[in-house]
Amino acid sequence: MEALGLLLHGFEVLLTFKILSLMMVGLVLGIFVGVLPGLGGPNGVAILLPLTFTMDPTSAIVMLSCIYWGALFGGAITSILFNIPGEAWSVATTFDGYPMAQQGKAAEALTAAFTSSFIGSLVAVLLITFVAPSIASFALRFGPPEFFAVYLLTFCSFVGLGREDKHKTVISMALGLLLTGIGMDTVSGQLRMTFGSDNLLRGINFLVAVIGLFGISEILLTMEERLALRGHAAAISLRVVLKVWKDMPRYWVTLLRSSVIGCWLGITPGGAIAASFMGYNLAKRFSKDKDSFGKGRIEGVFAPETAAHASGTAALLPMLALGIPGSGTAAILLGGLMVWGLNPGPLLFVEHKDFVWGLIASMYLGNIVGLVMVLSTVPLFAAVLRVPFAAIAPMIVVSCAVGAYAIQNAMFDIWLMLLFGAVGYVFKKIGIPLAPLTLALVLGNRAEDSFRLSMIGSGGDMRVFWSNGLVGSITTLALALLFWPLIASGVERLRGAPVKPPMQD
Amino acid sequence: MADPAEEPRAVASTRAVEIVVSLLLLAFAALMGWDNWKSGAGWASDGPKAGYFPFYLALLLGAASLFGLVKALLSRAGADKPFVHREQLRRVMQVLVPTFLFCLLTQWLGLYVASLLLIAGFMRFVGGIAWWKSLLTSFIFAIAMFVTFDVAFDVIMPKGPIEALLGF
Repeated sequence: MEALGLLLHGFEVLLTFKILSLMMVGLVLGIFVGVLPGLGGPNGVAILLPLTFTMDPTSAIVMLSCIYWGALFGGAITSILFNIPGEAWSVATTFDGYPMAQQGKAAEALTAAFTSSFIGSLVAVLLITFVAPSIASFALRFGPPEFFAVYLLTFCSFVGLGREDKHKTVISMALGLLLTGIGMDTVSGQLRMTFGSDNLLRGINFLVAVIGLFGISEILLTMEERLALRGHAAAISLRVVLKVWKDMPRYWVTLLRSSVIGCWLGITPGGAIAASFMGYNLAKRFSKDKDSFGKGRIEGVFAPETAAHASGTAALLPMLALGIPGSGTAAILLGGLMVWGLNPGPLLFVEHKDFVWGLIASMYLGNIVGLVMVLSTVPLFAAVLRVPFAAIAPMIVVSCAVGAYAIQNAMFDIWLMLLFGAVGYVFKKIGIPLAPLTLALVLGNRAEDSFRLSMIGSGGDMRVFWSNGLVGSITTLALALLFWPLIASGVERLRGAPVKPPMQD
Repeated sequence: MADPAEEPRAVASTRAVEIVVSLLLLAFAALMGWDNWKSGAGWASDGPKAGYFPFYLALLLGAASLFGLVKALLSRAGADKPFVHREQLRRVMQVLVPTFLFCLLTQWLGLYVASLLLIAGFMRFVGGIAWWKSLLTSFIFAIAMFVTFDVAFDVIMPKGPIEALLGF
């Protein structure tokens, strides 16, 4: 139980007045981010990242991860009260949450959502506490070829398992990888793709891209759809909370199932959104009373919220242990690590114990404090949605610009943000997914470096990626995932069965 | 999606936009590929040259865009699916144009003054909110941003002549 001792040490790091107050600030900002239309987890964290530039890494990551928890909680408020999912993973919560609010049971639905979110992330944090250190120490043996194979696995699983058109995923990913190449080449020091521009010399910062792609484009989409915010009021009394909590143990199977699904999909890259739908669908399938789903059943809130939070939290596991983010927001936190001068990956557990265990301890504490906070302050945050969008939209635009400028103190980045905003708007409308682009922007340089270091090591022999059992099986798995749709239909055909589209859950 | 009150007049079909985007991406891939070919896409004695990795990515991007282009040209699927209605486009422009002006003004007036103008103007002209409310809100917001970023967290924003006049 070495982990427990280290965790206690993590709590010691946390329990200072400064860090606790930063935690509260982070949670409040995060809930705002989650509640406001046009601002979600990834861009909220990206915009607020500059606030942390002058802090020490531990305070910074605690505040940022609390923004993340806050955003996860906040997403549920809008889905239940306004039938508008604040986040993609809150969509499934609207199915039963909004009907409950319509029936005057908003307080129950909110309590159920917050509590099950808490349980989901608690399970995921336990997983991180006890599993991440062993994965990290295993990964210490990785050399450049192994790392490249893991990056390849991440990219391939996006292409092979994603539900979008394959060529669109490839476009998004290749574009992201190309954009990270702009600027000075880290291996040879040579300039490339700068076309003589001083501004391109610095390269394209992925945070600027994220703020544009998610922040600005989201505002454009929200304006286009002209959201009419008509919500239900809610205040949560202690009586309701206790009543929901008393009923909760009856749904332990649902909670457990959703937690497991969430953890699994959270660790798999690109699985965070799928988790909430899968949790919901499975709860429905195993229920004796299927028809009551979608009409305001409390189980229909428990299932997706638990899964969404579990996956959102579990997405941090590969980020901490391997330096590979499991979700968009985890990718931005990873970018934060690099800004603060930390090198994400397995060495983090050895070289920056305080930081890692402080972060893990903050996951426990942040979720507990967050739960109490959202339960007591819902009316306040629901009131935010009554502020006219004409006032909120320009404020979000300004916040985006501040975030983009602060990263490198460059006016050019504000223009870049605007460009990425327009690109993000068009891409979303024609179905080019943005998640692979973000992932490629974060991992691009590291993937290229590990590829070239492997090539230098092997003298240009591609067989280095099959040189031992470990790297060979990861590479093979990556290629298998890439061609998974082909393999699956091939197997079907060999069996003599007619090829049919995959079953919809 | 379509508003029942207005006649949905599409500005462009989804298919047309897909074709244009594919062409643009193809051009971008060609430009990047050419630049990397110039910087050296082959092998040096110490491993791949600087342009090697991005050159093949440009090829990949080009191939995927070409595939998308051919697919969009052959299929009729998105032909009558509107990309954006005129009314929607007008609303999108209501944000995009002010945002563009805001970026432009930031260069000369600094971020805080530009954001004051953006928020007040947007609230007044797009939202139809009373002048005094719009001005008050934007003023409070700009001051709050200044205190948070420039004062509390030492994150320095671009400033213009008006801040200079006030001694910042």
